[in-house]
This record gives sequence, structure tokens and C-alpha cells, in this order.
Amino acid sequence: MYVAVKGGEKAIDNAHAWLAEERRGDVTVAELSLPQIREQLALAVNRVMAEGSLYDPDLAALAIKQARGDLIEAIFLIRAYRTTLPRLGASCPVDTARMAVVRRISATFKDLPGGQVLGPTFDYTHRLLDFKLAAEGEVPAAAMAPTDLADVPHVTEFLNRDGMIEVEPGGNATPPDLTREPMELPASRALRLQAIARGDEGFILSMAYSTQRGYGRTHAFVGELRIGTVAVEMDIPELGFAVEIGEMELTECETVNQFKGSKTEPPQFTRGYGLVFGQTERKAIAMSLVDRALRWAELGEDFTGAPAQDEEFVLMHADNVQATGFLEHIKLPHYVDFQSELELVRRLRSEALAAQEAAE
Amino acid sequence: MTPEALLGGFSDAPTQSSFAFRAALEILSRPGEIRALTGATPPAPLSIAAGALLLTLCDGTTPVHLAGAHDCAVLRDWITFHCGAPLVSAEQATFAVGTWHELHPVTRFAIGQPDYPDRSATLIVEMADLQQSDARLIGPGIAGFTLLSLPELAAFQANRALFPLGFDCFFTSGTRAAGLPRSTFVEAC
Amino acid sequence: MTTETETARKGWMGLLARSKPTRLAQLFPDLPAHDFLRAPEVGAVMVQGRIGGVGQPFNLGEMTVTRCALRLASGATGHAYVQGRDKAHAVRAAALDALLQTEQGPELQDSILTPLRAEETTRRASRAAKAAATRVEFFTLVRGEDQ
Repeated sequence: MYVAVKGGEKAIDNAHAWLAEERRGDVTVAELSLPQIREQLALAVNRVMAEGSLYDPDLAALAIKQARGDLIEAIFLIRAYRTTLPRLGASCPVDTARMAVVRRISATFKDLPGGQVLGPTFDYTHRLLDFKLAAEGEVPAAAMAPTDLADVPHVTEFLNRDGMIEVEPGGNATPPDLTREPMELPASRALRLQAIARGDEGFILSMAYSTQRGYGRTHAFVGELRIGTVAVEMDIPELGFAVEIGEMELTECETVNQFKGSKTEPPQFTRGYGLVFGQTERKAIAMSLVDRALRWAELGEDFTGAPAQDEEFVLMHADNVQATGFLEHIKLPHYVDFQSELELVRRLRSEALAAQEAAE
Repeated sequence: MTPEALLGGFSDAPTQSSFAFRAALEILSRPGEIRALTGATPPAPLSIAAGALLLTLCDGTTPVHLAGAHDCAVLRDWITFHCGAPLVSAEQATFAVGTWHELHPVTRFAIGQPDYPDRSATLIVEMADLQQSDARLIGPGIAGFTLLSLPELAAFQANRALFPLGFDCFFTSGTRAAGLPRSTFVEAC
Repeated sequence: MTTETETARKGWMGLLARSKPTRLAQLFPDLPAHDFLRAPEVGAVMVQGRIGGVGQPFNLGEMTVTRCALRLASGATGHAYVQGRDKAHAVRAAALDALLQTEQGPELQDSILTPLRAEETTRRASRAAKAAATRVEFFTLVRGEDQ
């Protein structure tokens, strides 16, 4: 039980003032600007947008600055802010087949229409610290090559043509929204994807890794990983047609998974799907593995007791704001609960001692 | 979209909707009390008070049912533009607007579920007049009893019998509004 | 509204929404007299994706959007839904949406939409060209055990 306590206002004010001073750090060092954070710590900004579940790079940069770089605290700030915004509506589903890709790779096909595009990746760096970055300096310009700006088709489309991969049923049903209705289990796949897309990257990564190590194995290949910009369109009722309201960077991952078939389905490949705000490929790959692991019942696979197959386990523990809130609240005053525990233990001890004495 | 549907919203939405929300809370928690609800200038036949309630309480997640004469093109457009609320049948509605006669039979409206009693409808009942007279109101939020000119008794008595399920009501007339939550007992004076 | 004008309007509304607020303010510094039908309002739009890129929709997360509707003295109405939290951006986009429907349209097309479109094309082409420079061909090598 949590009991409200009073007092400590002066100490709290002073703590906040000191926090502000510590946040600023050594005043002889230049202060960080929001554009610096947005442009130079872009992947931190992307993570805060993805898990804060609000696409706004400037706000995410502000949250990171305010949280002194504590990304979960920054995500908390974004989540708190987004609750103050009126919901203007829902977009049309983004069309990732029309993404302006800056990165697009496939682990399953080496030669594919549209080609393999590495983009600005860490993959082939040697993970050696680059001490040149410790000094400020000019960066050489990136190379350019001619291109036709054509749309890049999804890899799964090719597999689809041979019936080798399950068909994704289309539709336009209004998806459930866990920010409006409390999550109810069992959850639809749409609801699971929403929860995972805003879930903690570390948690989703660990769940995905556990499936690779054998806890709910799904034999995943990255059919395609793409990063790029998509247009966001929305139906405007007062106009009677849809217009583009902006554009955003997304990371999409489609895994191709072995499936030996079921009573109703022939052996074929199945799919896992990941889609995340920003350039966030570790999260997107992990999301698609966890999505696939959670589909065991729908595909007629066995439940092996693996955590990544357990919808309640995954969905109820994926949110780092919920987790942090519950975890950290135990440091707040629990004086009354503890007092009652103290009395209980004292009574049990005295009863136990009395019983011992009586026996002797 | 009809041009007049674009007019008549709050001019200062944060402030006006805060005042209107406060008034809506007050009248629903003190059944029988009548308060002014202003700021909206909706197209006819919607009253100013009902317009302010819709602007304050409705958005894309609250399906609205327009009953009878209230189900007209200009009002549909007005709600679409200013609230963004989907317009639906009585059974699917979170909010419903109309005269008492138009809203009948009120058994069509959602009364919630035992585990989610909040998944129920709120009726905005347009009245020719609103007076502290006629029916006697007893229950939570009322010291002793209050009086309110309800359109009938039986439907509200039946609704009270469903508690904790049931619908909640606002009564609106011009710029004035009163509330009747499902928790209130009503009886003849 | 004819399909042609609808397509044109979709085009400029999207372009204005995607434009940088500071750039739009440079190109269109002075607002015409107007009355708000809906004062500029910052809110969130839930962005949807599709399962597997092609399947049923799901909610991915929200984005900040500012919207505005206004009416000019001439009676022309303009609407705007623009990404971000810049109210001035939404007002400018709505005012331009209204003006572009009037006889001033062609002139504003040239002075505002044409440069915005050109700058956007350049920006996109530059990123696409950098991506194209990282296009690779992977070769599978024949290993000893395959021989």
C-alpha cells in the first residue's frame, strides 16, 4: 500500500535546483543545443520516439536533454507529454513499398530487384574507437551514384508468387489501440505489434535472442530489412479526400521463418514483422522475431513454455515506462506498510519464542 | 461540407472547454443543479448547451448518435468538423443527442458491462424548458432532495434499477444544462 | 470539386505540410487578413502500419500534427494539417490553401510551390544518390567442401 506523506517541500525544491545545476554540468563547457542532439545523437532520438510512441524529433531531443541522457526517463517524459495532446485522428496505413529507402538488405536473396543497399550502417565498421572523433573536424562528403528513384518492391512479394510463403490477409479493419482501451488478452496480432513497437528495446531484444537460443525457436531469416522515409497520409473529413500531412523515417523488418505445415496449411515459409519509428534496426529485427514466436497458436505449433511464446509474459512486461514506474515506486515512502510488517514479524517471533520455551 | 458547419466552434478551445468540462462535472455530480454552458454557436436544432457539451466531451473515440430531427446534414458536418466523432446508430453510441421523444426507446443505448460499466452511453436530452420542479431526485451528490423537470419517471427508475450499469443523462435547454447520473433515484413529487 | 482540382489541392497541401516552417515563412512572410474557423491546434495523429507491410492495419504510434482552418475576407476557406507543433506553419499552410484556390493561385504556384518542390526534389535526390553509392553485389564463394 502506498500512503501519501506530507512535508519535505524545501528539500524537494533544493533537490530540483541541484538537479538543474548537475544537468548543466561544468559551465565552462558549451551547453548542448536541441539541434545538436537531434542531428548528432539521432539514434538516441529515434529510440525515444519509438518507445515514447510519438514521432517528433525536436521533442525527443528536448526530453533527452532534460533527462540528462537517461533514455527511459526521456521516454517517460514523451509519454507524459503525448497524453496532453488531443487525438486529431488516425493516418491511412503507411505504404512501406513506396518507402524512399536509404538502406535495404536481404539475408535470403543476394540478387534481388532494387539491389542491396547498405546505407549508413555500422555493420562493416571494426568497432574500434575512432579517436579522430575526439577532435572536432570536417567530415568527408558521402559518395553519390546515379539512381532512378523508383519504388523498391518487398522481397516477400517474390516468394509469394510461388506460394512458398503464407499470404498476409489484407483488410481495413480499425485496429485496436492500447492507448485508448486497456489491453485485453488474448490480444490480436495488431494489438501485439502495437505493444511491441513501443516496447523496451532491451526487453524485445532479449526475448528475440531467447528464441534464437532455442526457447520457442522459429528459424528466422531476415527476408528484408529496409530503412527510409514514407509519406503519412490522412483522410480529412472536411475535405472529403486524403492529404499528406508529413513524412517520417521508419525501419521495417520482415523475417522468413521455416514452417513444416499444419492440418490446414501445406509446408511453407511464415512471416514475422517489425516496424519501428526512425532508424532502429536492432529493435525492428527483434520485433519481427518476437511477433513470429507469439504466433504459435494461430499456426498450430506447440507451446513449449518458452517466455517468448507467452503473450501475457511478453506484452505485460515489454513497456519500460510501466516497468520503471512499478519498480521505482518501491523506493518511495512505504512507512505504514513496513510498520505493519514490523509488527507482524515481532508478533510471530514472540509467538515462536513462547512456543519454544513451552516445549523446553 | 456545408459552409455553416465550419462555424460555431469554440473560439478559445482550451479555456472554453475547461469551463464547460467543469460545468459538466458539476451538474453530473450534483443532480438537479442547473448551470450555464456557453461558448458554442452550433447550427439549429442543436442548443448552445448541447453544442458546448459535444465540443467538450466528444472526439474521434466517442461515437455519436443523432436522433430524429437532430440527424441533419449540417449537424452531421458540424460534429465531423469540430469534434471528429464518428456518427453511428443508437446501439453503438457513446453519446446520443435528441429530444426525449426522439431518443426513445432508450433501451437501445449501451448500459456497460459488469466488468466495464463505463462502456455505456451518455444521453444529451434537448428540452424545451428546464426547471427545478416536478420530479424529486435523491441519491449521491444530493443533500436531502432536489427537483428537476424530467420528461418522465419510469425510464429513469428502470435505469436506476440497472445500477452500476445504465446510461447517464444531460438535459439541455438553450444555454442551460442539468445532469442525471444513473445513480440517482427519481420519484414523483 | 473536380478530380483535377482535387489532385492539385492534394499536391500543394502535402508539399506545404512537408515544407520546413522557416523556409515557408521566408517565401510567404505576410499573411492575408483571415478569420479562424478552427484556431491552430497542436495534436497527435495515430500512424498506422500494415502487418507484413500489406496486411491488416495496426497502430504504430503517434506523430505531432498541427491543424488550422480559416476563411479569407474573399470567402475562400483554407485547411491545413501539418507535421510538428508549429502553429505559424499551420496558419501559413491554411492561408495558402485558401489563396491557391483564388485567382492569385497561379502567381503563388510560381513564387512558393515551385521553389519548395525544387528544393524537396534536390534533397530527396541527394539522399537517394548517397544510398545508390552504397549498393553492393554480394558474391557467394565456392568453398572447399563444395568441390
